[in-house]
Amino acid sequence: MSEKKQFVAQGRLIDEMSLKNRLVELFTKWEVILSFLFVVVFIFFTNMSPYFLDWFNLMNATFQFSEKAILALPMIFIIMCGDIDISIASIIALCAYVIGISAEAGASIPTLIVLSLLVGSAAGLVNGLLITGLNMPAIAVTLATQNIYRGIATGMLGEHACTKYPQGFGFFGQEFIPGTIIPFAFVLYLALMLVFFFVLHKTAYGRRLYAIGNSAETARFSGINVRRTRIINYTLTGFFCGISAVLLASRILSVRSNIATGWDLEVITLVVLGGVSISGGRGTVFGVFISSLLVGYLKFGMGLLKFSGTVMTIVIGSLLIIAVLLPRLLDIYKANRKLKIQQGGL
Amino acid sequence: MPDNSFSQFVRRTFARREATLMVLLVVLLVPITVRSPQFLSPKNISTILNDMAILVIVAIGQFYVILSNGIDLSVGSVIAFTGMACGMINESFPQVPVGLLLLVGMGIGAGLGLVNGVLVAYGKIPPIITTLGTMSIFRGMTFLLSKGTWVTAHEMTDSYIALPRTTFLGISYLLWIALFVIVLFYYFSRNTRTGREIYAIGGNPTAAKFVGVSESRIRLVVFLISGTLCGLAGSLWTARYASAVNEMATGFEMQAVAACVLGGVNFSGGAGGIIGVALGTLFLGVVTNALPVIYLSVFWQTFVQGLIVLMALALNTISDQRKTRKLLEQRRG
Amino acid sequence: MQKALLEVQNLTKIFPGIRALDDVHLSIRSGEVHALIGENGAGKSTLVKILTGVYFPTSGVIELEGKPISFKNAIEAQEAGIVAIHQEASMFPELSVTENIYMGHHIRNEKTRKLDWKAMTEHTRVLLSQMKLDINPDTLVKNLSVAQRHMVEISKALSLDARLVIMDEPTSALTGREVEDLFRIVRELRDSGKAILFISHKFAEIFEICDYFTVLRDGQYIGEGEVRKSSEDDIIQMMIGRSVDQMYPEHTTHTGEKILEVRGLSQLGAFKDISFDLHRGEILGLFGLVGAGRTEVVRTIFGIDKADGGSMSIEGKPYNPRNPQDAMRRGIALVPEDRQKQGLVLQMSLTHNISLPMLTKLCWKGLVTKGKSEKTYVEKQGNEMEIKAAGYHVDAETLSGGNQQKVVLAKWIGTDPKILILDEPTKGIDVATKAAVHEFVCEMASRGVAVILISSELPEVIGMADRVMVMHEGIQTGFIDRKDLSAELVMRYAIKEVKEVTHA
Repeated sequence: MSEKKQFVAQGRLIDEMSLKNRLVELFTKWEVILSFLFVVVFIFFTNMSPYFLDWFNLMNATFQFSEKAILALPMIFIIMCGDIDISIASIIALCAYVIGISAEAGASIPTLIVLSLLVGSAAGLVNGLLITGLNMPAIAVTLATQNIYRGIATGMLGEHACTKYPQGFGFFGQEFIPGTIIPFAFVLYLALMLVFFFVLHKTAYGRRLYAIGNSAETARFSGINVRRTRIINYTLTGFFCGISAVLLASRILSVRSNIATGWDLEVITLVVLGGVSISGGRGTVFGVFISSLLVGYLKFGMGLLKFSGTVMTIVIGSLLIIAVLLPRLLDIYKANRKLKIQQGGL
Repeated sequence: MPDNSFSQFVRRTFARREATLMVLLVVLLVPITVRSPQFLSPKNISTILNDMAILVIVAIGQFYVILSNGIDLSVGSVIAFTGMACGMINESFPQVPVGLLLLVGMGIGAGLGLVNGVLVAYGKIPPIITTLGTMSIFRGMTFLLSKGTWVTAHEMTDSYIALPRTTFLGISYLLWIALFVIVLFYYFSRNTRTGREIYAIGGNPTAAKFVGVSESRIRLVVFLISGTLCGLAGSLWTARYASAVNEMATGFEMQAVAACVLGGVNFSGGAGGIIGVALGTLFLGVVTNALPVIYLSVFWQTFVQGLIVLMALALNTISDQRKTRKLLEQRRG
Repeated sequence: MQKALLEVQNLTKIFPGIRALDDVHLSIRSGEVHALIGENGAGKSTLVKILTGVYFPTSGVIELEGKPISFKNAIEAQEAGIVAIHQEASMFPELSVTENIYMGHHIRNEKTRKLDWKAMTEHTRVLLSQMKLDINPDTLVKNLSVAQRHMVEISKALSLDARLVIMDEPTSALTGREVEDLFRIVRELRDSGKAILFISHKFAEIFEICDYFTVLRDGQYIGEGEVRKSSEDDIIQMMIGRSVDQMYPEHTTHTGEKILEVRGLSQLGAFKDISFDLHRGEILGLFGLVGAGRTEVVRTIFGIDKADGGSMSIEGKPYNPRNPQDAMRRGIALVPEDRQKQGLVLQMSLTHNISLPMLTKLCWKGLVTKGKSEKTYVEKQGNEMEIKAAGYHVDAETLSGGNQQKVVLAKWIGTDPKILILDEPTKGIDVATKAAVHEFVCEMASRGVAVILISSELPEVIGMADRVMVMHEGIQTGFIDRKDLSAELVMRYAIKEVKEVTHA
């Protein structure tokens, strides 16, 4: 018996799907909807403001969102596994504090970077160990460490602001790639995004993340070390907080204890809006890439139109809720369709 | 009853979180008082209690949400919005009596709670995502409402500002309100069906469904309670601090959660009580107020609170695991 | 003859890919204790779930006092007077005994609508004392023993004023003394005119307490009768039914050298002092009824749970797994009990499911996936199992139960195991796939793989196994060699505590 023949019985359903059905399937894909939305945002702001569609301005805008977009990458892994981390803004504060005081003590640029990455990774590792070690809920643990990490920065810095940095430190967050109009931070983001794309979609590690997110139990029964994977995710997120802290400190050259407040929400919004299911197991790096650009340029455009930061906050919060509500409605729609197709109503 | 002997009564009482907290509180107070005798002065005690009055009101709302297996991260923003609204109403319509102002605050809070509740109960959006979103939406709405300005003390009526400070039988109105809320919700939790059904949903949703408890209704109710209490807290907040600013109560969700976790409320739902939450709040208040006594600046407050929550969390988890093991040991000898 | 309280006729329930109930009859009168008998998987629990409104029947009639009924949910069934005593899963561990009994129908003061705790506690006290239970009504359920919890569940059913009480294995966690109390209550219920549907595997109990019985097998109605007029052998014969040696593939045993040695393996609350040897090319059957601890034993061998005592060795070298990775490294594969929750990632494609345990080997340097070699590998494994699907790219959830099981098997044979553990591999799958699975197991054994086969189906164990180890409530009660194998003997070991442990 030929192998093809074995598949015939159930194969008809999918292979003989009409063009219309294929199109519906494609256009209800979250990434496609997002890309479409992105184009709409672009057209809208181009019409509303003459300053929007300008290469220099578009590139300049990336300064505002690259740091958050970078954080969204490891957060994909965490949410993919059904976990959550609401301590990232505090880890950044901790890293930034270390950068700030070390710089004041006269540390060199490489030292500052290494310190920031180490402190970030350590903070993330502690999160991971606490959550998996005692099997405590991720939301509660990271809520506590959110205060602990931020608390260290607040306690040590008080009202103090660190403003002394070595010559050239501003490069990471303020400068362009020499000879171009492309900011360094954005290039870094694009590079990291490609790495994450590769890891999630082309490696064993990425495959395991999907397995854990959909069924941690099956993953465990298949010989995947679920606990270790989760710890790695949290450590990785901490490490990226370290990167983000360097960019942020370099950009604003002033570290206070309230630095990066509210970033937890924004980063989680990017990830969830990008189509990563909050209960885990579903999502792509491409989706989060689009959502990062979408939110970034939405804010930039609204800024051009003189909308206050307040309105943006409301828009971001609403986007988060809509991003979860909409796929759910789409799922119901798709399920109904599938049922209709199965009942022969093609 | 044979198992009602005194020793068993004592043992059972002390197995409870409430008793542990009482003991810890005393243990904590002794060295503090030795070091700084004025810590237990009537004035300082009333400061601590007044500081904690608003927190306990919010923590009770948070308690019901956590009890039903959720979390409400939007409490700080709800307080800010209602506090700002009350401050502005007081400024524009000074003739509105203070009592009515509190009711308006509760009404607005209930409306915001309803938004959370509908999204969670009927939109089936996880509580954490819903309230993470509304946290910034409500905060943004506060800015829109105030157009970025403040309401300051001299723009408010004296009777409104005086409310928290006025005393009756030597106790401030603020504290009376908090006590009333504690008693009311103690009664609610103990003596109404809905109060008990929240425990059922949090403890075992499947079993609750079996006995006819509606999950959506309970989820709606807990967010409604949380919103209403935050509304009350918001209207009191503006009076107590004699100003309404856009950033008020930022990060307050953490303190509310901390009070609950300290009070033995389990994050997996279905366990905990009002008295525990009240004691947890008191414990937090004493620790926070004691920081200067041990020469720690107030800047360390966040850190200490985070640490306490983490320890309480670990304690709850470990004692739960130990109990499970004990039960297994009993089984099959 | 008295008219029936509950009359079930031609009841059929079809799940995707399986007929769980096929034209079943059941008739219970008020004032009788009616035993529902059948092996695991005979359809008893499906029937109970339909009666209590959890499932909706595909076709058939249920009449209560002559009136046809159909329940939309569990509450409607309760209101009609049909109450099932569920297992522990339906309790609120953090709440008191009183509250567990009254949740959903708390007693309130008519006027103030305040909950009347005094009345509830008092009623609970009466209920508990009827059960001769020495528990304070205020005790939290989490502090009760399993037996006590069970008795509380029964009290709850009593408080609901049921007309038909369904008891599903009510004695499985009770001691002799508690069983006597329970039976006294069952008799009192019966004498007060209530009907009791009593599900049990323990024949002694059925003969002591039940008046009538109905036997189900493979979802079909086999027969009914009066307990007094039947013998244990009659009923066992009805349960086992078909002769066992025809349907199973012949396989000649070439038992090789010892590969796995288990000595005194114990786990708190699950099983105790399990010892056996496993040889290459051998199929060791593991039989036991619900709660016997079979799954727990193999989970421990596979490194999912930790043992509290005892030792294991593989090929003479000590084996002490910390996790499934250790087990896989030593050549063990486990096809788990719950296909959908433990065997497959339903939302992933067949390709990704099958390659999951082999990812490290299939990837370049163990890291980067290689589409082509993965595809070749998956197709080789999949074709060996003759999986029927639209292609390897479809999600596992779209497949029928039988094909899903083939995917799980394909996933594990690829790891080239030396020891293959199968936990209920044919549960809920169609006859054709069942035969294919049997064929596959024999094939593996003839290739020299040591197989542990857990099954609740007696004929399967007897037809397939070279040796059978029988467990009862966490203790191994017997070892039977192929030449002595009979359904009766296995069942006797499984239902009675015959404590003559023999090492083979």
